[in-house]
Amino acid sequence: MTDIAIVGAAQTGYRRRIDDANFSEMVYEVTSGALADAGLSIDDIDNFITVSNDFWDGRTISSMAVQDACGSSYQGGRNVSTVEGDGTFGLLYGMMRILSGAYKTTLVVVHCKGSEGNMRQITNGMFDYIYTRPLGIEATAAAAMQARCYMDRYGLTEEDFAHVSVKNRGNARLNPHAQLAAEMTIEDVMTSKMMAAPLKIHDLSPISDGAAAVILADRNTASKLGRKPVWIKGIAHCSEAHYLGDRDLAEAPALRDAAHRAYGMAGVENPFEEIDVVELYDAYSYMEPLWLEELGFCPRGKGGELTRLGATAFDGPVPVNPSGGVLSAHAVLVAGLARVIEATLQIRGEAGERQVEGPVELALAHGINGPCGQSHCVVILGE
Amino acid sequence: MSQRVGIIGFGQTYHRSRRDDVNGVELINEAVRAALEDAELTIDDIDAVVIGNMDHFEAVNYVDTWSVDGSGAWMKPLIKLTTGGTTGSTLGIAGYHHTASELFDVVLVIGWEKNSESDTTGAIITCSDPIFDRFSFSGALPGLAVEASTYMKRYGITEEDAALVTVRDREHGANNPYAQLQKPVTVEEVMQSPMLSWPVKLLDICPRSDGAAAVIFAGEQKAKKLSPRPAWVLSTAVRHSHSYFGDINYEEIHTMQEAVKELYKNVGIKEPLKELDVVELYQPYSFAGLKWIEAMGLCKPGESPRLLRDKVTHMDGELPFNPSGGVICTNCIGATGLLRIGEAALQVMGRAPGRQVPDVNLALSTGFGGAYWTDLMLLGSRPW
Amino acid sequence: MEKSELLHLQVVVELPYRWAAGRNGSLMLKALRDEKKIIGNRCPECRKVYVPPRAVCGPCFIAPDETVELPATGILAGYSVVNYPFIDPETGEKRPVPYTYGYIQLDGCDSYLSHFVNETDPARLSPGLRVEAVFKPDGERVGQMQDILHFKVSEEKGG
Repeated sequence: MTDIAIVGAAQTGYRRRIDDANFSEMVYEVTSGALADAGLSIDDIDNFITVSNDFWDGRTISSMAVQDACGSSYQGGRNVSTVEGDGTFGLLYGMMRILSGAYKTTLVVVHCKGSEGNMRQITNGMFDYIYTRPLGIEATAAAAMQARCYMDRYGLTEEDFAHVSVKNRGNARLNPHAQLAAEMTIEDVMTSKMMAAPLKIHDLSPISDGAAAVILADRNTASKLGRKPVWIKGIAHCSEAHYLGDRDLAEAPALRDAAHRAYGMAGVENPFEEIDVVELYDAYSYMEPLWLEELGFCPRGKGGELTRLGATAFDGPVPVNPSGGVLSAHAVLVAGLARVIEATLQIRGEAGERQVEGPVELALAHGINGPCGQSHCVVILGE
Repeated sequence: MSQRVGIIGFGQTYHRSRRDDVNGVELINEAVRAALEDAELTIDDIDAVVIGNMDHFEAVNYVDTWSVDGSGAWMKPLIKLTTGGTTGSTLGIAGYHHTASELFDVVLVIGWEKNSESDTTGAIITCSDPIFDRFSFSGALPGLAVEASTYMKRYGITEEDAALVTVRDREHGANNPYAQLQKPVTVEEVMQSPMLSWPVKLLDICPRSDGAAAVIFAGEQKAKKLSPRPAWVLSTAVRHSHSYFGDINYEEIHTMQEAVKELYKNVGIKEPLKELDVVELYQPYSFAGLKWIEAMGLCKPGESPRLLRDKVTHMDGELPFNPSGGVICTNCIGATGLLRIGEAALQVMGRAPGRQVPDVNLALSTGFGGAYWTDLMLLGSRPW
Repeated sequence: MEKSELLHLQVVVELPYRWAAGRNGSLMLKALRDEKKIIGNRCPECRKVYVPPRAVCGPCFIAPDETVELPATGILAGYSVVNYPFIDPETGEKRPVPYTYGYIQLDGCDSYLSHFVNETDPARLSPGLRVEAVFKPDGERVGQMQDILHFKVSEEKGG
């Protein structure tokens, strides 16, 4: 489909702590930036979507903090809504509101500061309060269980995952927005501090602050702008079961389902052949190969091999996370929209030093919600 | 793309001050089952699920993924939205866009809250700016008290005028088997109830409830096939202006004025009092039943008490408000705005036993929350 | 059917935060701490003065660019005497009642500042009452809103 295009985008640098801006100041920076990027003014935007999370912000009705800064209070006020979840879900809802015929343009903005709250307690809060939360489980402990299940199923090793960290942190050196960039060796990862076996600190994404915004437009509006539109060719989301014990953690059926539908919309039959660049939600190193399998880039259990052989390298046939991915900057919620922005820049040919070789005609971006990637959103972007 | 959208099913729980017999996921499931039964569908017929509440009331992060067993969203597209008091109306509007976009054909929308599970005011306070407002903030009441006292002074409105609104809604609530408060009250009882924050008394304000609501939206062809009389979504309008409570002009309800202007223009309404058939107003306290209906253009500023005294907004009046008993009788916050939409839909569908207004063609539902925000959804018996 | 016992789990959820005041907020809090001054900013478009100072004027969607020093005096634009008990999320304890929560419009400012007023008798409060800030003494101010102890009803009488 070529009904909705991304016509503007902006993101902050991602840092361990951004103290010189509160939520409103961060959001105003990226909304203004996205408008400038699109060559539009606030008068051209008739719909707004903010994305935030009350737990991360320490504020119920977290959207209130940014209603002025996102532009929705402009003049007599404009139509607005708020998604609580990854930024890709905000993008999806913003797109729906244009497809419904209600609006022509939508500004989607997302913010999060991992530095201000306590990541372990906040992610402990996503588990069932009677049965699992009292055990102290949180995002990383749950991810470690998933990594273990995945390794055991296919005989993968910790080194397989270390390759992902080395690649993505290395790619991040070309991305000025990234927080962690380093030339690392497999040994560096293997000897780093054990956090929750089998995950070591270099298998984990960092805690980050940041904000990002994109502007969507209908075909008519997008075609009139000077900038090359990047079309949303396919998009789909799906959730699986909640209790970890109800799930087969070595698989991600929700991602498989979302990918199937997104590919259907975009007319993708063989992702490995057709998609030129992938930006996916690698909150932990093992996630990248697991997600790639469910996205159909290789058979089950072969995600690690794909990385080892260099197929996902910056100069490989399908570069995955040339930006450095979530392993290099993880402002929660923002990270999915950052993937969309990175894919957009690649298609525009405006990714600077991190621009991959050859023309990028089709790109995939991806976001997740809930423990161990319970819910996924897959976005296919193209010229 | 884009298609017309109708509401074809609505389910709700029996709302109570405390539902210790179910956890949150089970409470959600009660409403979902009721909505599916109402629409004569099964969960397999649902293409996508939209859910929301206010996180801090139950202290559950990522409610969408946590509640999959109750919502039925297993292996389905699922999204969460939250905007404070307007959450329920925000969800309903999202259900509309999901369907109108043609990405999905049958969409299940769920709003819920178990307000009994935390200190309601303690949780609400966290909506204020943590650095500049929170140390002195004390929840929703003071803002409402400021609004009420300003309004009384300006137009010579009395506390008894406001009491008439409570009396009306409690009278209506007695007809609704799902309402939490089903016992009528008198003006004297309202006046004698404890003063909370002058001039607002205990019986002027909504209770806090445990409850859930679920509404099913369908695209035009599906809606016509599945329902003898769908409630068609004719227009929506939303204003969530302001980030700080201190920026609000409490003499007006600016967001309501702006939103109705847009909505009336969208559908060509010129005389709302005559043209609308029923209103489900998100009315957190009695004074809103006066001042806000003026902002809706039903009468001139300061003249609303006359509409109450003449029973224009009562069940048999020209434009009945809150046949369900409204928010004054039930307030499970994340569900409240969606209950307004569901009850308005029942009126259009002619399926509101005990509280049915005859011949409803146009039903307006509203949402209220945040920093005096307004959401509107207009439903009609004809799709265009 | 016999009624079965229903159980619940009672816990206090502790979520610590360290919120950044940001560029504009820090200006105000520093002035409060170091100089006992209240700082706002002015929108270049609509000329409204905001306190606390902020990144953007919502209705104009433009950054206020002029810092404005405001007096410690103003009017009580709205108030409520809070009588109901509730848990203060900042402390986990019940906040003492009654207390008066006021919207104070500082002289020369267009927005309201939320603060305490040290008068809890509704008969002695009315909209438009003149009030002034009472600051904590030097050495006790730390750069937060409670560096203003409360607003007191001014002694000055018109006429």
